[in-house]
Parts: sequence; structure tokens; C-alpha cells
Amino acid sequence: MDLQEYFSLVFSDYTLRTITLGTAILGAVTGMLGSFAVLRKQSLLGDAISHAALPGIAIAFLITGAKDSNTLLLGALVSGLIGTFWIRGIVKKTHLKSDTALGLILSLFFGFGMLLLTFIQKQPNANQAGLDKYLFGQAATLVESDVWLMAIVTGLCLFVLLLFWKEFKILLFDADYTKTLGFNTKVIDILITSFIVLAIVLGLQTVGVVLMSAMLLAPAAAARQWTNSLSKMVLLAAIFGAFSGVFGTAISASQTNLSTGPVIVLVASIFVVFSFVFSPSRGLLFKQIRFIKNRRDLELHKTLAFMYHIAETHENISHPHTIKLLNNFQGFTRKTLQKLVEKNYVTLDGNMWSLTEAGFKTAANLYTKQTTEDE
Amino acid sequence: MNSAQIEIQLIASLVTIACAIPGTFLVLRKMAMISDAISHSILPGIVVGFFITQDLNSPLLIVLAALTGVITVVLVEYIQKTGLVKEDTAIGLVFPALFSIGVILIAKNANDVHLDVDAVLVGELALAPFDRLIVSGVDIGPKSLWIIGIILLITITLLIAFFKELKVSTFDKGLAASLGFSPAIIHYGLMTVSSVTTVGAFDAVGAILVVALMIAPAATAYLLTTNLKKMLALAMFFGIFSAISGYWLAHLLDASIAGSITTMLGLIFLAVYLFAPSKGVIAVMYREKQQRTEVSLLTFLLHLKNHNEVEERHVNHLREHINWQKVRAKTVLELALKNNMIVVNNDIVSLTKKGDTFTSKAIDYIITNKDAQIEDMKDDFFLFRG
Repeated sequence: MDLQEYFSLVFSDYTLRTITLGTAILGAVTGMLGSFAVLRKQSLLGDAISHAALPGIAIAFLITGAKDSNTLLLGALVSGLIGTFWIRGIVKKTHLKSDTALGLILSLFFGFGMLLLTFIQKQPNANQAGLDKYLFGQAATLVESDVWLMAIVTGLCLFVLLLFWKEFKILLFDADYTKTLGFNTKVIDILITSFIVLAIVLGLQTVGVVLMSAMLLAPAAAARQWTNSLSKMVLLAAIFGAFSGVFGTAISASQTNLSTGPVIVLVASIFVVFSFVFSPSRGLLFKQIRFIKNRRDLELHKTLAFMYHIAETHENISHPHTIKLLNNFQGFTRKTLQKLVEKNYVTLDGNMWSLTEAGFKTAANLYTKQTTEDE
Repeated sequence: MNSAQIEIQLIASLVTIACAIPGTFLVLRKMAMISDAISHSILPGIVVGFFITQDLNSPLLIVLAALTGVITVVLVEYIQKTGLVKEDTAIGLVFPALFSIGVILIAKNANDVHLDVDAVLVGELALAPFDRLIVSGVDIGPKSLWIIGIILLITITLLIAFFKELKVSTFDKGLAASLGFSPAIIHYGLMTVSSVTTVGAFDAVGAILVVALMIAPAATAYLLTTNLKKMLALAMFFGIFSAISGYWLAHLLDASIAGSITTMLGLIFLAVYLFAPSKGVIAVMYREKQQRTEVSLLTFLLHLKNHNEVEERHVNHLREHINWQKVRAKTVLELALKNNMIVVNNDIVSLTKKGDTFTSKAIDYIITNKDAQIEDMKDDFFLFRG
């Protein structure tokens, strides 16, 4: 199946439609909540939570013995929350730093989860096969009820987000001020963290434990490059996330042997790289262009100033001088001279140059004026 | 115990020691999550190396994978330097992308690669003794034992040779730089050692559990001591202990060895986290309670000193005035009595001479902004602590 075929089938084929819708919704909700994680400097929390969810899945299976995805996700949610609050406990109560706490919980919970998974695999229960799909996710196993669950959770997230928008926003940017205003910061904090955990747990089935953190981070990091406004960033992140989901599904469906999770993550990473390079205000490309432009302006000014100091010594400011005079001066290039002529600051006559009235005036004001028209 | 079992435990112990050494420095340098990033992103390096060599234990593969690890660090640092995102976001962006590439490479070539994604994550220690290294016809032990042994030897040599440099640059970067140790060389040296160790250990315990072996012993040791040498020794001890006990746990449950080693590490960490003598949660909570009572005591004594009127010093009035709960008021009053700070006559509380000196000194410290000194003074005055 190639891409074209995929897009023609996506509306008619049940499986494709379900998967595409599921990954799109997932991308949107993780992008939305990921914006908060990124801005709160909790980027790696997602990584820790998604790994910490694994033992929960295994324990839920051990208790119920069934592979109902809702119960398993509930287990994941509980163990994810335990992991999150243990991380907070470690950071608050001991002198271990947050990176150590994250790495600890991530790896210890995951190791415990692997122990349980291998333990389950040796059990005579025929039902156990396929639990390891939670490691890398299998979008193909999504069914309509899963998508409904995702949609409901997304709706809930959206509702809470809109309801507490002001509180979330103010806590994000000035926690102390929020406290002095009388908001219960602890409750808001727990609320947003719980929703982040919820979003991660939702994605486990599709993207898997290992790569879930990228789903949270990448759309938000990409969106951050295009705007400084929180609402726009959340919206953009949701759009980026949804598109990563759709494109990722499309690409993996059009090739054999491609799991959806890694492809979605790679698509999201491409969004990030694109945003890093091409964002107009923060992007690397435009930053470099601005840098070069500034350097050229500076050189222009240097040449002009040098000419001014020469012209100053003469009564007639337009007294011609040889170009050679400029040769032992570094800012000078033939191009800058040409530019100065274009700007009508200098007139050229063979090998001689002379400042014009306008050029002299600009040069005289070069260091007293804050801005120049050259920019 | 047969020889395969002994060999597995030996390999596991060597892996944990090899991981604990760089892990200690990563924890101290607040770079623990870098090990997570490295352990994930060496995957494409391993896969590409495997395509070239067709041998999971080839030295070239280790070099290539370690190179990928260093590239990850460089990439993360480059993204951090652009200032487009916060530092931890940079880590979170780089390694999933590289890991995805690795997974896709494996999946696309699933037919001709004997590399299983699950094995990448968890490793298969139980199979390690069956891959023997045979030199000129003589069986000289499992391959992975030799690999991790050599890595460990190099790590220990480097540790001993550059211990001083590592120590100084870990605790005081500025001093290290001014003494002429290049921070960049030490940094990338440590990163290289971490990458190589990760690759070496990867075979045995898998990509993610390497992180546990690096961070958990070091973090546990850090809760028990503030001496670098002791911390290293403790981290190694915890590593070996969990390697051996983890092996037997796995034996008992018939489950993944790496998983049970990590579980043992987790249990040790949990125990130390709760019960460490001065930094454990229980000790911290006890100390916080003690401090609260002692601050209350000081408030109480200051109040007594300020008021000579009888009605201000009545036992019941104090409770109403300072607005304490009954239990708290009683604790504070008893503590003050035990320490001979006050005497109670007909329910009227008054300072003793000792209490008076203590309070005046405390006031002196408070008004000269030397509150920290009160803590030292308590040792001289208090017979019993709160």
C-alpha cells in the first residue's frame, strides 16, 4: 500500500480509520499537556512516568487475569502516579537532585515491571501473550472503544484546561505570585500533573512505554519555537501532535514491518528540527541571517565612519580621496563601497571617492542616533 | 551451584561494579538522565555495527555504539547551547529520535538480524555463559565476561589515574579549570566511559536497566555518606549484593535476571530512603519535628522574658496567648522543664537563671542576624532535645 492508497482508504477502511483517529487524538492531547510539561521544566517527567507505568500494567494483569485494556491502563495510571509522587518525595525530602530521582524511579520501576512481565510469561495462563506490546506500542491493536476512551479523556482534559486556564497559566509563570493571590497551588499542581500522567498512560497502548516521552515533548518543543503566547503554543502543539500521529500512521501503514510508535516519534522529531531551523523569530536559520546582516551593517558603518574622519579634515566635505586610502582599513570591501554609493552616501569617480552631504550627515550622527535607516 | 550459575553471577557482579563507578560521578554531577539518553541512543549504533560485523560481541560494535553515545551527548549539548529549549527537553528530544531509528532499523531488517527489540531492552544474562570465547582451541570462559572484565579494568585504571581530577572537577568546576584540568576533557572522558560501559553492560542487562545499575547504587550510597571514596565503595557493594541476590530471586521466580537485579536495587534504595541515619525520610521527618518543637520553645522563652506580669505567665494563659494546641504546649513546657530553663510555681512560669542566659544570647544572635549560631548554642544548653 502506498501513501495515496492509504489516504483514499482512510475514510472507508474501519481499521485504518480507527488507528488514524486514535493516533491523531493521542497526538493532540499529549501535545496540549506536553506544553505544560515543557514549560514547567518537567520534560523528562514524562519519560519517568511512562516507564513507571509498566509494573502497574503487569500487576493489573496479575490481579484480574484478563487483558482488558481499560483495567490495564488503570493499573498503569496508579503506578504512574505512585512513581510521580515518589519522585517528588525524593526531591523534597532528600538531597538527591531531580535528575537522579527521575532516573531512579524510571529504571527501578521499569526493571520491576520487566521482572513481572517475564514472570507472567512463564505462567500457564494462555491469556498472557501480547502484554509486551506496551513496551513499544501497537497502534494496530486499537479498537473503537479505545478511541472513544481517548476522545472522552481528551474532552475532559480540554474542559478542565479551559476551566482552570487562568490558574494553570499563572502557576506556570509565577508560582510564588499564585500563592500570594490565595490560590491553592498544591491542588492546581497535582491536577495538572495527574492529567499529564493520564495522557501518558493513554498513549502506552499506541506508542509504548519507551517512546511515550517524545510524544509529550516533541510537539510542545516544536510549538514553542513559533509563538510566545501560551494559548497559541498549546493549540499549535495539539496540531503538531495530531499531524505527527496521522503522518506516522500513514507512513507505517504504507510500508511493511514498520511499527507505528517509532515512526510517529520520528515524524514529530522532524517537526522539531524544522521548527528549530525555520521558525522566523527563534529559528537557527533566521538567527544566522540576522547575524550576518548585522555584521554587514556594522562594516558599512565602520567604513562610513572612517570616511567621515578623513572628510572632516577638509573644508569641503566632498573633497575626493583615492580608494587606496581605504585599503589598509579592515571594514572596507568593494561591496560595501558599492552599497554606500547605492545609498547615496558616497559618489565614485574613477579611483576617487567623495562623501555626499547626506553621507556626511549620517556619519556624523552615527553614534548619537539610536537607530539608523540602514537596518 | 553449577559453573554456569557462578559465571552468570560473576558477570552480573562485574557489570554492576563497572556501572557503579561512572554512575557515582553522573549522580554527583547531576547528569543522571544523560545515562538514560545514552542507553537508549546507542541502539542505532549497535544495529549499524551489527550490520557491518554480524557479531554482537565484536569490539568494532562496541566502538561504534560508544561513538553513538558520545554523539548523543554532543547533540544534546548543541541543542542546549542554541537556547531554543530548556536543557532537559534537549535530552528528551534526542534519545527517543535515535532510539526510534534503531527500532525501525531492526524492524526493517528483522529477517537477517538476530537482534530482538525485547533483548535490547532487557538483555539476556541467562544465555551469557553459552557464548564462549575460544582462543586457539581452548575455552577460556564466556565472551561477555571478558568484555565486561576488560571494560571494568580500563574504568578502574582511569579512575585511579584521574581520581584527583575527577573529584575536583565534580565538586568545584571553577577550581578544576583554574588548576589547569580541562573540564571538557574530563567531561567527555566520563561520557565516553559511560557510553562504553553502557554498551558492554547492554549485552547482559539491556538498555534501560543499565540506567538502574548506574544510578540506583550511587543514589543509595549518596544517602549514606558524603565521602566520595566511601560512596564509590558503597555503590559497588550495593551493586554486587543486588547482582547476587537478584540472580537467586530470578532463579526462584523463573523470571528475567536483569529485572530482578533491578528490583533488588529498588528494595535496597527504598530501605535506605526510609531508614538512612541522617538523610532518610524518617530521620528527616524526626528532625523537622524536633526543630519545630525547639523553635516553639525559643518563642516561649522569649515570651517569658518579655513579660514580668504574673497574669502573662500563667500556664493556661500561655496557651491562649501563643495560640498553641494542648499537646504542643505540654511538649514545649516539659522540654523547658527538663532542660532547667523554667520553674513552675503555682502555675506561674518563670525563667531560671540558665533559661535567662540562653534567651538573652538567642536574642543577641537574632538581632545581629546570626540565627544559624543558635543551633550551635543548643548543644551547650540542652540536656534533652525536642
